[in-house]
Amino acid sequence: MFTIGSIGFTAPWLLLGLLALPILWLLLRAVPPAPIRRMFPGVALLLGLTDDETQTDKTPWWLLLLRALAVALIILGFAGPVLNPRAETAGSGPLLIVMDGTWADAPGWTRRLDRVEAALAEAGRSGRPVALVSLTDLPGGDLPFRAAGDWLPELAGLAPKPWLPDAEAVADWAAALPEDGFDTFWLSDGLARGSRADLLAALEGHGDVTVFQSPHPVLALRPAGFAKDKVALTAIRAAGGAVREATVSARGLDPSGIERELAREDLDFEAGATEATLELDLPPELRNRVSRFEITGLRSAGAVSLTDDALRRREVALIAGRDDREGLELLSPLHYLQKALAPSADLIEGDLLDILLANPDVLILADVATVSEGEEAPLLDWVDQGGLLLRFAGPRLAGSDISRAEEDPLMPVRLRAGGRNIGGAMSWGEPKKLRPFAETSPFFGLDVPDDVTVSSQVMAQPDPQLSQRVIAALADGTPLVTRKRVGQGQVVLFHVSANAEWSTLPLSGLFVQMLERLAVSTRPAEPSAEDLAGTVWAPDAVLDGFGVVRDAGNLAGVPGERIADGLPGPDMPPGLYTGEDRRIAVNVVGPDTVLAAAEWPASVPVVGLEVQAETRLGGWLLAAALALLCVDILASLWISGRLPRPGSRGVAAALAGLVLLAVPGPSPAQDSGDALALAATSEVVLAHVVTGDAEVDKVAEAGLRGLSQVLWARTSIEPADPIAVNLETDELAFFPFLYWPISEGQPIPSDAAYARLNRYLRHGGMILFDTRDADIAGFGAASANGRKLQRLAAPLDIPPLEPIPEDHVLTRTFYLLQDFPGRYAGRDIWVEAAPPDAEAIEGMPFRDLNDNVTPVVIGGNDWAAAWAVDARGKPMFPVGRGVGGQRQREIALRFGVNLVMHVLTGNYKSDQVHVPALLDRLGQ
Amino acid sequence: MTTAAAYRQKAEGLAGGMPPLLAEAEHLAQAVMLGFHGRRRGGMGDEFWQYRPARSGDPRRLIDWRRSGRSDTHFVQEKEWQAAQSVFLWVDEAQSMDFTGDPARATKAERGKLLALAIAVLLIRGGERVALAALGTPPRASQLQLLRIAERFAGRPEAPDYGAPVLRNLAPQSRALFVSDFLGDPAPLEAQLAQAADRGVRGVLCQVLDPAEEAFPFDGRTIFESMGGTLRHETLKAGDLKGRYLDRLAQRKARLADLARAVGWQYHCHHTGQPAQSALLYLYGALERRR
Repeated sequence: MFTIGSIGFTAPWLLLGLLALPILWLLLRAVPPAPIRRMFPGVALLLGLTDDETQTDKTPWWLLLLRALAVALIILGFAGPVLNPRAETAGSGPLLIVMDGTWADAPGWTRRLDRVEAALAEAGRSGRPVALVSLTDLPGGDLPFRAAGDWLPELAGLAPKPWLPDAEAVADWAAALPEDGFDTFWLSDGLARGSRADLLAALEGHGDVTVFQSPHPVLALRPAGFAKDKVALTAIRAAGGAVREATVSARGLDPSGIERELAREDLDFEAGATEATLELDLPPELRNRVSRFEITGLRSAGAVSLTDDALRRREVALIAGRDDREGLELLSPLHYLQKALAPSADLIEGDLLDILLANPDVLILADVATVSEGEEAPLLDWVDQGGLLLRFAGPRLAGSDISRAEEDPLMPVRLRAGGRNIGGAMSWGEPKKLRPFAETSPFFGLDVPDDVTVSSQVMAQPDPQLSQRVIAALADGTPLVTRKRVGQGQVVLFHVSANAEWSTLPLSGLFVQMLERLAVSTRPAEPSAEDLAGTVWAPDAVLDGFGVVRDAGNLAGVPGERIADGLPGPDMPPGLYTGEDRRIAVNVVGPDTVLAAAEWPASVPVVGLEVQAETRLGGWLLAAALALLCVDILASLWISGRLPRPGSRGVAAALAGLVLLAVPGPSPAQDSGDALALAATSEVVLAHVVTGDAEVDKVAEAGLRGLSQVLWARTSIEPADPIAVNLETDELAFFPFLYWPISEGQPIPSDAAYARLNRYLRHGGMILFDTRDADIAGFGAASANGRKLQRLAAPLDIPPLEPIPEDHVLTRTFYLLQDFPGRYAGRDIWVEAAPPDAEAIEGMPFRDLNDNVTPVVIGGNDWAAAWAVDARGKPMFPVGRGVGGQRQREIALRFGVNLVMHVLTGNYKSDQVHVPALLDRLGQ
Repeated sequence: MTTAAAYRQKAEGLAGGMPPLLAEAEHLAQAVMLGFHGRRRGGMGDEFWQYRPARSGDPRRLIDWRRSGRSDTHFVQEKEWQAAQSVFLWVDEAQSMDFTGDPARATKAERGKLLALAIAVLLIRGGERVALAALGTPPRASQLQLLRIAERFAGRPEAPDYGAPVLRNLAPQSRALFVSDFLGDPAPLEAQLAQAADRGVRGVLCQVLDPAEEAFPFDGRTIFESMGGTLRHETLKAGDLKGRYLDRLAQRKARLADLARAVGWQYHCHHTGQPAQSALLYLYGALERRR
């Protein structure tokens, strides 16, 4: 290699090409730029004009210089210039190659092997015997010095181990090194370690030590934890350097059992920081599926963090027997359960069968006496497969005769009729306190506070098995909590209610602890050493040094004490260990692990850095030459006048085009959507659903226009022109009221449209379904339109309905009405059923009904036809005959007014229930 | 290639917004032709002008008996005096007119032909008679004449580099419109104008230029060639020529204007970068101008 200063050339003879530059100069100088031919009629006026100067006849000197420079750069570039070329020096004597062989080596393992191979080859050339040692897999006996070539076949068999070298073993090995002198080549993994300095000192005692170390900092991932509801992930690196981005991916089994990526998020190391955290917001379903987190693109056991049960949050389903009672939050059977469980578990509420499909860990039935026949079998199956059914007593359970004569499979014990009250106004005695928990009870060890008292409970029938099943009892020995195992699962009954009506238990901290003990809520994340003492854990899956999860095969079990120790080693490879009822992940990187870069004394040459310092300049020179040639193109064009003058529009446009190439154009605004929103929200607007049948749509539109005019004339509601709503495309939230005429031919809306409709109904919208066939059919599936309505409304979230009762608020929101005719005076209309506990108030014409506006009104009287007016305000369709017909149309309009009033004012008129009381008070 | 029908359609569109052009009919006695060209006074013609009481001396056959029957006096129906003018159009068909500085712009020839045809449409609609010099036919006022002109415009006859007007059977006291870039040798033009002035012909010189010819946006080593390739001029720094070129162009324009003034013609310079409507407005006004 030919060197000048710190720059060497790999192909120096190419530099002779530089001699050709002066010739090039002369050649280029002789050739002027070619002229442009232009057709120009004005040439007649140019004839006879001469040029002032003739300099551009030859290529200008600066253009020549540019070209010569470009050619010189090309020659230099191909000559292979290298900055700080590395001068290889060969040693003599035996060579010891030491590899750390830890997981931190894994990302660059092949490069390390290449490096070892190069060192072996070099040693082979100079005939040095070599010994190759991995610190994580120390050989016994003397150093195995062999001919370098003998080691080559063994290289492929080397693999990094997913643990760190054992300090003691390394120290022993260092002490047992032979006396002879040898040089050492140490491939370090780059992590600081206590054992390193001693070993280095021992090795330096035998000869020169050279260290190879990658300059890239080691990256690792700590085990996942919780930060509030999110999964917190922390990545660490050995040295704070520049800003770095890493991508963390969560992997696990999808519902079909195939492992795939469940989530992916970026994580940023700030400059100088060695830690970077990421909060991953995963839905519980997804989170419970995660089996490991890993830093993508990094093949290292340190970049993989297996998850165990600690990351799972248990799914708890809550079902209460008394949902329909209004408003009394603190009396709700589920209130205290929700408060107790919400911080630590994921709560599911809903229908029992739906819940079972979600396969929760725990199902809580609060004061539910019986489940239906169809529900019982799947519920039993679920318990049998390991579900925990937790039941609470209550008035309903006490009042039912479940588990009286014989034990119900879903109850742990038989119950006596009634139950008992203690310490109430009508009973003797004091409220009972709790007896301390027995040793066999899962609650053993919990402190019983004095203020926990029980005033009512359901009583267990004395039974031979009763004493085994009691896990908590009152001071007088009556069972408070009983448990029965069913298959792999269990059924637990609290003999008190889940609210504070029967006892103060739900108010105390004991309640939460008891739920915890019952494994209703999350167990503590880290098992303590005492917990693990004496247990044996079988490896389920293990990690290798590259971070690949492998089946454990028949690896031996690991004692619990060793797992509590936490540090993986040859006897306990990192992986997933299964115990009696839970799994524990042993990870390479613990929650408190800190990585630090290895520091080497100045006397030890660190090769990796020098390799980094050797830079090849050829590419840069060639790139510069290319850039110069590009400039030359522009300059040549400019010289010959083919480039538009600076400042002209062409250049500006070209530059703008270059700059803006990547900028996407503004997306077209949703004009139509905005226009609809403005039209629908700036005034009250009635709307009808587009059925696709032009005639029906026309009548609906005309009907709503007629109703709008009547509203405008008679009430303070002043609607604008009605709007036709397309369920597939339009937003429904703007409309208080939708009129939906049913025609046989209309298409079934899409799933997305149904989702919007359900959202609309749940948030206070009202739909008036009109089958328009009251003249020929009654309610139900008797007519084509009725069947169509059933098909249309099946996916809708519609509450139970009833024929409109006499005292419904719809009969009196504006006019007093009892009939609701349209064009036909056919039959009942149906509205949301009143809750069963709504009672008629004495002496009042109507009840204090549900606080909501009924979400649907269903009828078939073809109201729109009765309301419809043409452009001149005349009715479009005849209604009835003579005066009676006019009256019917008037009543139809009044129904429309009442309906819109009901939509807009809710149950305001229902409050007239209280008018006598108010008048009474005023009269006083 | 623009077809005859397309030329006609564009020109009709351009002329659509104009009232019928009324060219001044000078020296009526020499060029009396009855046409639809009302003079707003009684005279010979086809259109009704007014009733006037019959005077002694009126031939009896002139009396309008229908009108006279309604009153006691006799009335004579007078007709409106109508006269028509002949307008000769000359549009330069030389190759220099095929130049355009920007592919998006119309060539000078296209613009010139469009203007000429639009004027022809207006004139014929106003009852005047129009002749295209290149056709050699006498002036006619028919739609067929328009069609012939348009067809001639659509064709591409062999042409020299620069054109000069050749008007053989120029009717005395008629009107003329010359459309060209006038970049060629001005001598034939002067001769033709002198000849026209001798016959009492008045008219308009409409010079059509491309904006590139006004701006001379060239630089660098350039060989300029005329459209036909007969003229060549090589320069090493085209940018330096700009000032002198513009001087010469201004001189040429001044010379044309002087020439026009000397023979009582109008001179107008139109650029293809401007809308054709403005030029048509000018031509409309110039041809209608009365003295």
